[in-house]
Amino acid sequence: MSISNQSKNLHLLSRAGFGISAKDYSLIDIHSPKKLLEEIGINSKPDLLDKASPDSIAMAKELLEMKEQGKLMQNEQGENKKDIRREFRRQSNEDIRQLSIAWMDLMVNDKAQLREKMSLFWHGHFACRDANIFYTQQLLHIIRTNALGNFGDMLKAVSKSAAMLGFLNNQQNRKQHPNENFAREVMELFTLGRGNYTEQDIKEAARAFTGWNFERNGDFVMRKNMHDDGAKTIFGKTGNFTGEDVLNMLLENKQTARYIVTKLYKYLVNDTIDPSKIELLASDFYESNYDINALLKKIFLSDWFYDPKNIGVKIKSPVELMASLRRKLPMAMNKPDIQTVFTRALGQELFHPPNVAGWPGGKSWIDSSSLMIRLVIPRLIEDDTEFQLALKSDDDTMMGGYRKEMKKAILNNNRFKIKATIDWGAINKNFDNTKRAFLMNDIQQYLVNKQTSTVTQKIVESIVDNSSREAYIKSAAIAWMSTPEFQMC
Amino acid sequence: MLFKRKDFIQLGALASASIMMPKFLHALGSTNQQMVPKGNRVLIVLQMSGGNDGLNTVIPFRNDIYYQNRPKLAIDKKDAISITDEVGLHKELSSFANLYQEGNMSILNNVGYPNPDRSHFRSMDIWHTAADSKEYLTTGWLGRYLDAQCHGCNKPTQALELDDTLSLSMKGAYEKGIAFKDAYRLYNTSQAKYFKALNAAHQEQHAEAPVDYLYKTMTETINSAEYIFKQTKVCPAKGDYPKSDLGNSFKTIASLVLSDINTKVYYVSIGSFDTHVGQQDKQQRLFKEMNEAIDAFTKDMKANNRFEDVLLMTFSEFGRRVAANASGGTDHGTANNMFLIGGGLKQKGLLNPMPDLSDLQDGDLKYKIDFKNVYATVLNNWLGADYKTILGKEYSLMNFV
Repeated sequence: MSISNQSKNLHLLSRAGFGISAKDYSLIDIHSPKKLLEEIGINSKPDLLDKASPDSIAMAKELLEMKEQGKLMQNEQGENKKDIRREFRRQSNEDIRQLSIAWMDLMVNDKAQLREKMSLFWHGHFACRDANIFYTQQLLHIIRTNALGNFGDMLKAVSKSAAMLGFLNNQQNRKQHPNENFAREVMELFTLGRGNYTEQDIKEAARAFTGWNFERNGDFVMRKNMHDDGAKTIFGKTGNFTGEDVLNMLLENKQTARYIVTKLYKYLVNDTIDPSKIELLASDFYESNYDINALLKKIFLSDWFYDPKNIGVKIKSPVELMASLRRKLPMAMNKPDIQTVFTRALGQELFHPPNVAGWPGGKSWIDSSSLMIRLVIPRLIEDDTEFQLALKSDDDTMMGGYRKEMKKAILNNNRFKIKATIDWGAINKNFDNTKRAFLMNDIQQYLVNKQTSTVTQKIVESIVDNSSREAYIKSAAIAWMSTPEFQMC
Repeated sequence: MLFKRKDFIQLGALASASIMMPKFLHALGSTNQQMVPKGNRVLIVLQMSGGNDGLNTVIPFRNDIYYQNRPKLAIDKKDAISITDEVGLHKELSSFANLYQEGNMSILNNVGYPNPDRSHFRSMDIWHTAADSKEYLTTGWLGRYLDAQCHGCNKPTQALELDDTLSLSMKGAYEKGIAFKDAYRLYNTSQAKYFKALNAAHQEQHAEAPVDYLYKTMTETINSAEYIFKQTKVCPAKGDYPKSDLGNSFKTIASLVLSDINTKVYYVSIGSFDTHVGQQDKQQRLFKEMNEAIDAFTKDMKANNRFEDVLLMTFSEFGRRVAANASGGTDHGTANNMFLIGGGLKQKGLLNPMPDLSDLQDGDLKYKIDFKNVYATVLNNWLGADYKTILGKEYSLMNFV
């Protein structure tokens, strides 16, 4: 079966980005995939996403001054310090939520689709939770800056970030009392994968990372007096290794390339891997000294990427679902915060991965309740219906209480409304030149990019509103978006 | 209005809805008999989210160290309900005390795991997945129970969670529990004409495309939602349940236990017990809700002669520090106690010694029982499952059931 240029482009956009958008749909057949990839693959340095509120800035400054004046030590048990810390955490959590909304806006609107799509991948790969807005946005910036660059550079920058060092307890990793958490996760989750190192390697590598720490302002610092500069034996080599040495040794091991490529193949191509392709890609990635952009080009410009067996077979993550929905159904949201309620109910809240291994993805997104929520979201957006949805409490971010709007929602018996104004004009425009007979096909192509769901098409046809062309498009679009097929990309 | 809303929402008309009996129901009596042990024993897991303060729950009122560490927060003997000469329960837990006196409750102290993690989400993750603190699993222990017991046996209602979203505990690699806070609401959403039509149209499809997994889940949801909702109506619980969230959940559980649904595991949560500030009021309010709901539920089960088939187990992701903080609360700690409630307990009362407050690790309790031993015991002795397949390791079994 040969795939049309348009189908190829739609597939590319759904994997290298968050799907086609209403405003670009008319251009979908103009470029070749190669040209399109250049357009969405721009790799300019991104601006820092900065959502630190004035209150957070003021409190951070105050905490810094207290530390400099030695007051933190004196007041270790003091009420004052605890209150300001607690207040800072509360405000930080709110800022982090705003950061997640701002980032989702980029996924929806930014031309550099590939960078944001890859940033989401690395965000799950370098999974981290930190209650400090400054450290959190710093780590996101490192990831977005390096998302299409060099994996080794990114690994080093992430490993030296305040958020990651704090999250993996490296402040407690000292010469006399090594803490192995950081060394373990760097090997198990960031580079080699389980089973490719020994417990002894971890013990010794942990010694190499002793003294890696950060200042209150988030700058990396190497505390020499806490660093163990003695000889270590790691992967069979002995020397006075530093943390940088260990990271370089991990990059010298081809298993790292294999591990990253496997994970990436599952994210971009298919949950079922093809070992021969992995091996070839891993060799190239390794030979290129971990050039991410070159790897992505190999994947997206290959013939096999456009094999029908790879099209429409991946389950969108909740964030991908929300972003693709907003791209295809451009809308002004009355309260953008509602997006985080839904992605969280569906199992993915940005900056809150389930654990340091990130979101498992694939079928794990789908259970009875999450599927039903996914299927009703388009209708909730379209007609302002109230939806009852109790979220599980998250004590890490709520600190035993509830954030303001959660409180409101709970008082309202967990009823939520998605208030949004959909720009139907922008969608209709894409079908202006479509003959009536092809309208259903085109709408389907626009929304699910899969020609095989003829059974579903019949059902959609049976409930569409034929009273006018606009009504037809509108009802067919909402119906298509409420199908299992729309959950796939 | 342009869009035909009725296609998406089915309103009322329950009486006329014909019951499509799911296939597995017919099979219940024959081939799958072993799946539903005699009397259909059920496990109810009550998650106390946020890290409940165990020391102010099961109170060591003869222990000086307890009072020294909590000058304002420690509970006096006179304010607790004594269950032994040395131990009392929080005053709001009167029905627990009654169950204790009747021999229908046991308490496990110092339950935890090696290298405890003080982060809510990580520690909860460890309890949900039954992982060691150094490993990361993507499936939950009850989900893996479903995988082991129900793989391919088309019985999606084996494990139910009374909530709008499903906990990791209940997610297996192949099978997952079903979550609903309100059986009618799930029924109503899933029975929309449009979804039923989509589902019916895909019944004849046998392709192995990934989207089929979603259609399979859709089929299970539509069938199960209807089945569950009907079952709650077969023999609705008549006990005097409080109107609280937990009260409603236990009322639904009771209705289902009294029906002949094949559910083995119920999961329900209450919280938040994260009492860094103003602990007394917060804990008291939550205990009141727990106490009333469990009082009604246990009475209901006894009245219907089903109490010996019920095992209710509580847990929290961690306990709290022994010393109070300066804000009238307590910070994150480690080991904690668990309640086991039911008419079929083999061991009753305090099953092991109270925490040794003179032997702490950095101000925290040392765990004496790994929670995975408790899971193994429940899986093996109560649910009749092969715990080794589910937990992946050998654990010594306990004797409480």
